Amino acid sequence: MKSPLQKTYDVVVVGGGPAGLAAALGAGEAGAEDILIVDRETEAGGILNQCIHSGFGLHHFKEELTGPEYAERFIQSVLSRQVTILTDSYVMNIAPDLHIEVISGDYGHLEVQAKSVVLAMGCRERTRGAIRTPGFRPAGVMTAGLAQKMVNMKGLLPGRRIAILGSGDIGLIMARRLMLEGCEVVGVYELMPFSNGLTRNLVQCLDDFAIPLRLSTTVAFIHGRDRVQRLTMAPVDDQLMPILNQSWQVACDTLLLSIGLIPENELSTRLRLKMDPATGGPQVTSTLETSLPGVFACGNVLHVHDLVDFVTEEALRAGRFAAEVAQGRRRPGDNISLQTGENIASCVPHSLSPDREQVVYLRVKRPLKDCVLTIGDRYEKVFRMLIPSEMIRLTLGPEILDRYFGEHLKIEVHPGEVA
Amino acid sequence: MVEKINLTCLGCPMGCPLQLSIVDGEIREVTGYECKRGEAYAKQEYTDPRRMVSTTVSCPTGLWPRLPVKTVDPVPKDRVPAVVQTLHTLEVKAPIRMGQIILENVAGTGVTVIATRSLPEMPEAD
Amino acid sequence: MYDVIIIGGGIVGCALARELSRYRIRVALLEREVEVGFGTSKTNSGIIHAGHHAHPDTLKGQLEWIGNQMWDDLARDLNFGFSRIGELLLAMQAEDLNHLEELKKQGERKGVTGLEMWSPKRLRQEEPNLSHDILQALHAPTAGVVNPYEACFGLIECAQQNGVELFCGQPVLSITREDGGLLIHTSRQQFRGRFILNAAGVFADQVAAMVGADDFKILPRKGEEYMLDRRLQGIVTRLIFPTPTVSSKGVLIIPTVDGTIMVGPTAEDVNDREDLSTTFSGADKVFTAVRRYCPAISERDTITEFAGLRAVADSNDFVIGPSPIKGFFNVAGIQSPGLTAAPAIATYVAKMLRGEGLALDEKTDWQAKIEGPPRFALMSAEERRAAISRDPAFGRVVCRCELVTEAEVLYAIKHGARTLDGIKFRVRAGMGRCQGGFCTSRVLDLLSSTLGVPLTELTKRGRGSELFYPRDDRIAPGDGL
Repeated sequence: MKSPLQKTYDVVVVGGGPAGLAAALGAGEAGAEDILIVDRETEAGGILNQCIHSGFGLHHFKEELTGPEYAERFIQSVLSRQVTILTDSYVMNIAPDLHIEVISGDYGHLEVQAKSVVLAMGCRERTRGAIRTPGFRPAGVMTAGLAQKMVNMKGLLPGRRIAILGSGDIGLIMARRLMLEGCEVVGVYELMPFSNGLTRNLVQCLDDFAIPLRLSTTVAFIHGRDRVQRLTMAPVDDQLMPILNQSWQVACDTLLLSIGLIPENELSTRLRLKMDPATGGPQVTSTLETSLPGVFACGNVLHVHDLVDFVTEEALRAGRFAAEVAQGRRRPGDNISLQTGENIASCVPHSLSPDREQVVYLRVKRPLKDCVLTIGDRYEKVFRMLIPSEMIRLTLGPEILDRYFGEHLKIEVHPGEVA
Repeated sequence: MVEKINLTCLGCPMGCPLQLSIVDGEIREVTGYECKRGEAYAKQEYTDPRRMVSTTVSCPTGLWPRLPVKTVDPVPKDRVPAVVQTLHTLEVKAPIRMGQIILENVAGTGVTVIATRSLPEMPEAD
Repeated sequence: MYDVIIIGGGIVGCALARELSRYRIRVALLEREVEVGFGTSKTNSGIIHAGHHAHPDTLKGQLEWIGNQMWDDLARDLNFGFSRIGELLLAMQAEDLNHLEELKKQGERKGVTGLEMWSPKRLRQEEPNLSHDILQALHAPTAGVVNPYEACFGLIECAQQNGVELFCGQPVLSITREDGGLLIHTSRQQFRGRFILNAAGVFADQVAAMVGADDFKILPRKGEEYMLDRRLQGIVTRLIFPTPTVSSKGVLIIPTVDGTIMVGPTAEDVNDREDLSTTFSGADKVFTAVRRYCPAISERDTITEFAGLRAVADSNDFVIGPSPIKGFFNVAGIQSPGLTAAPAIATYVAKMLRGEGLALDEKTDWQAKIEGPPRFALMSAEERRAAISRDPAFGRVVCRCELVTEAEVLYAIKHGARTLDGIKFRVRAGMGRCQGGFCTSRVLDLLSSTLGVPLTELTKRGRGSELFYPRDDRIAPGDGL
């Protein structure tokens, strides 16, 4: 079939999930004319299509939507802007001159030249291997996201009697989902002494169904040659190592893993972008540009978010900046580097410019109560409660930075008391 | 006889642990909250707890075999199983538009259920 | 009536099948699992040993070096990956030095070429990430790596192409003697054969006992292996062995033929022939050992782990030959270097059958080569373009971690893949970093539509390992509310 593509695009967006869609929209709003989204799935929308629960869009649409609704609204506005969405297609390579090779289910091998690129490949789930669970390797051990796709899109069940390791939001949402599907969820087990899920999900997904949540607990052994038969569970010590002489058995046929997400940066690595080990994503400037000029990143490929609304906001900005660069306009470069200090796990972006309002996202390392967040001596804010599972979003007006003459600013949180 | 009920406030990420003292089915006192949203949440959750319901219904002719749906308003919490079971016995025919009404007055709750995505027909196999 | 029936479709059974497919005889292979290579072979370390490890007075010692030299042709004909990356045997303490010298002499006596002692200086140049405490190393350039399951798939495909009949999912339940042969009863049917080759791996003594030919015992020895993230690709470029002990070659660092790094195996005698579990203590042994010679390797890099059972005979050597029961041959106790020796075992057994009176006339139309599965990830840009224009299914990427296309999955199904593991081990879909998180659903769709099997009947590796359950809308949703 004849290629549906032009030779050159102002902005090529890799990934058609929430980040990619918003980036394309942002690029269009900023005046980019030719925009291409390449997505490997058969329809755009990414993971939102399988997230059928509500809770999306409160910031962006000012109403509470389900994942598919959020995705479809975005797809509609993107398509109304004449953006080309190429689905079932895979970006094979991006050359440093932004020449892009794509293979497509419908059109075969394609090549395009981009003026700028937005990376929006999202993330993947951590698997059994990442947590080194001993035991057999039966059917019935899978990530919560795979189970979610099979249940919500294909109408299949991962099992009947289910244990969930990890109290991340996908795991909590799936606990409720599977209860509603008539399965039995025997418990949610969390390695850390605190939950990684939103409080709302703990209440409405677990408490509502009387599903027990056991903190500081892990799977010490998976039993069953062909299909999961039971699990050996064990409490963990301060080093997070299982205390085997206090273990107990849980009968179940399925173990769902909700043990974290990892930015999907294979392309970024091949492009030799400078990476941030704390986020697992590329290092970016205040315009979300990576270490390779003309290549931008946003959404979960940059750092794992917990709210799609923040992904959208970030991606709209990345798209706008990418469009500006494609049109030959450049903002002043950053001159202040941002560093993580006490209690801060990660922050994005990695540098700032004093010429405009800056948005900074960060995460704390552990739950903190009544604490003070500082950015150098330029900014100070009191928080009642900060937890690792809820990303902090700050906006810094130009007035905070414009008369700052240092090269570095350190972000820190000083606790009142540890929660 | 005072009955104690524990709830977690969902007013903000603080998640204050609330304790309700109930006498004869009436809230006598709410403690544990750090802002006034806690008290309001406790009252609502005790007197009329409600939940949004989202699930899928069968759509054998659709691009995917399941169509995601949701209640447009929250339904009483104790009616959630009935709502879900009603929806799970339903079958709809593609194509479906997002927002299309799938069922009115689901399980007698007076609440409408709508499709949360558009679902085209499964294309004919080559 | 078959002339030869092979029991067991591991690397030995598959090599036997291909070897016997050269001749004008009727051959069947019976495999208990749903696909070949799903037992011990699937969990083998994949090492083609250099040739000097086993003593020349043992059968395994003799067949090791002969087998080693057969792998280049095999890999070329059957189109699977094989790379002679060489191995280094490390001396960490003074008493190891003598051992290395002995092994070098032993190898030279067998004719193993290229054996060479490397000084710490040379070692540091060649393998800079190894510990600086190593005293000396014996380099053997003849060692190589393969994916053992790929070898099984290639061997059986070639055997089938040349007329061997394959029956999977048919465990042998009993064997009875008849005039002029033996009658095998499997769970589903009966097979008559003049000669039976018992290549049943860890179950070989049980199969032999069915005819009273069990003058040996199999003592399963478990080995745990840990596959590491691609981050460590290239950390060593050769197989790394510590100086061996009596029961084991020790814990190795294995740069697999796919370029990933694997560490293991442990060596633990077990009673349970189904015990394929990994353990905390196993991981601890592996990583403690490996860190001694390569400190940069960490347990944190594990992306997956698995265990396999070596079929060790109580004689600690291969048990190959006729039994007191006429027509019943054992090809058993094939422990390390069994993979290396497998092609040599096959020719050795064929010769033996001829000696027992089986006429082996070569076919004139025997096909040594198979087309072999396409590997999109390994194609050049031009080859990829050509492949896609020939078959658009090459344009649909199924597994992005390992860059596997729909065309490759369909090829695997056409050549016998029936399960998720069967696809995974043939085309690597699901072997990468996401471990199937994304591709599982697509692979299952392809299996379901191609084989006409409902998704809920598809398995990980055969009956009992069903992956997803059907909905049951009669069940009331959770009523904890």
